[in-house]
Amino acid sequence: MYPYLRLGPFLLQLPLLALLVGVWIGSALAEKEAVRLKLPSATINNLVFIVIIAGIVGARLAYAARYLSVYLANPLSLFALNFNTMAGFDGVLIGLVFAALYGWRKKLPLRPTLDALAPGLAAFMVALSLAHTLSGDAFGAPANLPWSIYLWNEYRHPSQVYETLAALAVLFVAYKKPFGQVGNGTNFLLVVALLSAARIFLEAFRGDSLILLGGFRAAQVIGLIVLAITLYTLRIWTQTGIPTTTKSESDFFKQT
Amino acid sequence: MVVIALSLGAGWTLLSRVPSTAANSGAQPASPRQGFAAPDFTLDLLGGGKVTLSDLRGKPIVVNLWASWCPPCRAEMPAIEKVYQDYKDLGLVVLGVNTTNQDSEADAATFVRQYGLTFPIPLDRDGSVSVRYALRGLPTTFFIDRKGVIRSVVVGGPMSEAVIRSNVEDLLKETP
Repeated sequence: MYPYLRLGPFLLQLPLLALLVGVWIGSALAEKEAVRLKLPSATINNLVFIVIIAGIVGARLAYAARYLSVYLANPLSLFALNFNTMAGFDGVLIGLVFAALYGWRKKLPLRPTLDALAPGLAAFMVALSLAHTLSGDAFGAPANLPWSIYLWNEYRHPSQVYETLAALAVLFVAYKKPFGQVGNGTNFLLVVALLSAARIFLEAFRGDSLILLGGFRAAQVIGLIVLAITLYTLRIWTQTGIPTTTKSESDFFKQT
Repeated sequence: MVVIALSLGAGWTLLSRVPSTAANSGAQPASPRQGFAAPDFTLDLLGGGKVTLSDLRGKPIVVNLWASWCPPCRAEMPAIEKVYQDYKDLGLVVLGVNTTNQDSEADAATFVRQYGLTFPIPLDRDGSVSVRYALRGLPTTFFIDRKGVIRSVVVGGPMSEAVIRSNVEDLLKETP
């Protein structure tokens, strides 16, 4: 685990660097896929950019809203370069809402756009797992196995390695596109379904799970819900495998 | 196929439940990271006396590791003092651990006078606390709850007053 690298007076956060590289590679893959699907690559790039900016700003504002009196007294703290003061889940939601609004405003066809984003999402998940490896976050449960690693004063499952291997496998599937390149959204759904399945399986080896009533692990429960929705949608979309299914989508392709 | 996949997922979720006797958040060993018990230490205080971290169990604690030559430490210290003044009557304890092994007691004393610090200043003369807390950069701050569990770690600085205050408010919200 190498969370920080000192460069003179600066303390470089290596997990953050891994995430930035992930965003860069992910957006490059999304751009490439957009060209293949005859989508405007600049608009797809903007979409990724909006998700990130809206997510970061939203995460900070959502955190500040929880401590409103504190931030009203010190409004400049909103601009502090500190990742401890971000509401991560809220940030993801806000980023997705802004992306949906942008896509709707630009009349981006939903299903081809999702397919264009699929390899980028898979690449970002590889970067996220590497960030966990560097920081020691998302650590494994104590275990005495030949492949256990010594981390945080105990021998544990190398959960970050499991996560990286699973993410690489999903990236490989996203690259191979088993459903072809028709742009009907099924490649994206497949990536999300595989990521959810991996989360459900691998969460059992984690030592930092959020535990719900009855001892259920929150990530597994959420993963199951996402998997059910994804598989159901995948079933419908594979049966109606047409790239342009709505009027706005047809209009978009006519324009381009 | 969909039914099989979901059944397998539900079965695995059920099988991998955490037994109620082994909820994995409270049973972590001592380690300098969020969710783990704060490593214990006993240090001499600047101006005399000693402090042992485990003796303070039951109170929310902020442990700030600093050195007098470190610019971000200088920048954040007034905010730490201000938050300490505002919350000390509610039970907040601040320990400003001086990394004396890479500083000097005389410089630390001058720094404390210059900034008018009123909270205890333990002296880490042999660097053992820096090692136990895996110090990677100055300043580093640990927010420790009443049960002795680290709730948040801020590496580097300076922390804004809002960062300190929001973390302290979280600690104070927990029932004693």
